Amino acid sequence: MTAREVLGLSAVACVMIAAAVAGDRAVARQARTDRITVVYWEKWTGDEAKEMRKVVDAFNKSQDKIFVQYLSISGVDTKTMLATAGGNPPDVAGIWQEQVAQFADSKALSDLTAMANDAGLSRDYYIKGYYDPLFYHNKLWGLPSTPASIGLHVRPDLVPANVGTPETFPKTLDAFDALVAKISTKDANGDLKMAGFLPSDPGWWNFAWGMYFGGKLMEGDKLTIDSPENIRAYKWIEKYAKMFGPKEIQSFQSGFGNFASPQDPFMLGKVATEINGTWKGSYIRVYRPGMKWFAVPFPYPDDRPDLAGHACLSQDILTIPRGAKHPKEAFEFIRYVQRQDVMEGLCKGHGKNSPLAKVSEDFFETHQNKFIRLFDQLARSPKAFSAPQIGVTSQLRAEIDVAFTEVSTGLKSPDQALHDAQDRVSGLWATYKNQVLDQ
Amino acid sequence: MRRRDARVGVLFALPWILGFLIFMAYPLISSFLASFTNFSILRSPKYIGLSNYKELLHDEVFYKSLSNTLLYVLGAVPLTTVVAILLALLLNTKVKGMALYRTLFFLPTLVPMVAMGTLFSWVFNGDYGLLKPAFMKLHVPPPGWLTDPGMAKWTLILISMWGCGQAMVIYLAGLQDVPVSLYEAAELDGAKSWAKTRHVTIPMISPVILFNVVMGIIGSLQVFAVPYVLFQGGGPARSAYFYTSYLYDNAFQYQRMGFASAMGWVLFLITLALTLIALKLSERHVHYESN
Repeated sequence: MTAREVLGLSAVACVMIAAAVAGDRAVARQARTDRITVVYWEKWTGDEAKEMRKVVDAFNKSQDKIFVQYLSISGVDTKTMLATAGGNPPDVAGIWQEQVAQFADSKALSDLTAMANDAGLSRDYYIKGYYDPLFYHNKLWGLPSTPASIGLHVRPDLVPANVGTPETFPKTLDAFDALVAKISTKDANGDLKMAGFLPSDPGWWNFAWGMYFGGKLMEGDKLTIDSPENIRAYKWIEKYAKMFGPKEIQSFQSGFGNFASPQDPFMLGKVATEINGTWKGSYIRVYRPGMKWFAVPFPYPDDRPDLAGHACLSQDILTIPRGAKHPKEAFEFIRYVQRQDVMEGLCKGHGKNSPLAKVSEDFFETHQNKFIRLFDQLARSPKAFSAPQIGVTSQLRAEIDVAFTEVSTGLKSPDQALHDAQDRVSGLWATYKNQVLDQ
Repeated sequence: MRRRDARVGVLFALPWILGFLIFMAYPLISSFLASFTNFSILRSPKYIGLSNYKELLHDEVFYKSLSNTLLYVLGAVPLTTVVAILLALLLNTKVKGMALYRTLFFLPTLVPMVAMGTLFSWVFNGDYGLLKPAFMKLHVPPPGWLTDPGMAKWTLILISMWGCGQAMVIYLAGLQDVPVSLYEAAELDGAKSWAKTRHVTIPMISPVILFNVVMGIIGSLQVFAVPYVLFQGGGPARSAYFYTSYLYDNAFQYQRMGFASAMGWVLFLITLALTLIALKLSERHVHYESN
């Protein structure tokens, strides 16, 4: 070997050693040498990220042992999963409640049960509808960051005065449907100008329609997507498609702008009512300040008065991925977020209700959403429901979304669409049980 | 001397060889092995034989995404080929400011895919879309570009034309290589412009056409970013749900890496088959100067 080759090989070796050392430092993610760094990945951007950053900054100031490094990450769920598989996950990951089963089954999360019990963060500390979905296979896998309940938002200027208040607005579906038919308008070409209500707007909770009719998607271990209640719900959706015309709805809806913009159809007055979460009020305040609106529980079927006050719940949660470098310190931060004053500040900042059983009067009084008490009541309702705890929730929701489109575009009857969804998800669920749960 | 040269050569090629082994060969081999396993990223792979491939055979969404993709290939490849050739012919003429025109037609290909998806979501917006006024003037209701299950794929095929600038540049280079003597000979035989295009230009650039068609087929089979941005969840009734979107969902949303690997290898076989068919069909129609 010549001197030139030796020199060349030495240079290559130096570069590789430097890369290994630098790479090791890069994955160590130690932001401060005087404190333990807890790396926190969260999905939020914009104002929601700013509010959580305030909490992080306050936590970092409140003590001198832990430093939380907050990072806004797009696709946080996928990246957390991959980073966990790669052995270098964040210490705290902000994911969605619906992902608990899938992440827990994949052994991607740390069990928080003991730490939460030691910290006094038991079931009684929370609203049941928010705590229970985080408890899966007898273990606690996450704790709430900010939750939401879903209600019907109404523009009083677009409905007749006699139903223009929360007290006088229709409580049952028959009356509601009649109101929608009455106030919806078309132009001379037959194009929709204003819809009283559209089940496809914003179209985020298609899995929930059956539950508004008393249905369930799972009974024990068995999927019940095509249960009579769910089919009834989808017949109701089909009724709306026929009332306005599938093509007319498609054309009308293709002009809807983003919900977080002034082009939002509810803010523009293209729809008079819209099913949406607690956060809607915050967006209205930003993009259409001064617009009049109110919120009510979604109407219940006339023959099911027992369903009055029902609501769909969802939440963002904080988890500790398996293999996190500093789980105890990570939980210290999560525990801090669960403090009533901190949680109320964060939820207020996000325009959401609190997940905690105990809520201060000040929270309601100073909340930017004047209907926050209603959303709090909906969350506490015994009829409140969430997406089912199942490892194939993503597939289940995707199939129900397809069934929804097939029904609302007239491609399939409700029975057929839901039977097809049932067959497909059952197959996926059987494979999942076999391959992931080893059953 | 030879051995020393070889050693130096290997040393210089080492970065590429290492890159290839780490970033290409290893993932290729491991994805092939993973396709025979139940592998969910966080759990150790478990050998399950041909189960993933058998499941694919009975998976209706696999067929739906595959048929969507093949239809897209059938629509987008011929359309972009014809448009790119026409543009290249147009830009091969001697007109003042031609460099500027060539740049203008090539520029759209530089737009990132995600930005392109966002841009077209506004072009095809049912209410504010750029195309709506044209339809309204004709008193024709605009189609539901993004919302009608029967229209979504065609919208994407139309959008595919946006990227034909790249093929156009290659055609342009091919056109400039056509010997002028052939045109002169054709003119002496009384050929007019269409006859010259048909009997001289097209045969002479036929290897370039074949290259672009094969690359177009491969690229179209892997269409991902624009439909993913335009049609979250695969569009109405999965009408714009493409093969790679389903593969991505299985790998990263449903954590079924073994199943997704099987899908990847099936796509590779389909790509290989279509490429071989294209090459076989081209034998009679592609003219090589060496022939």
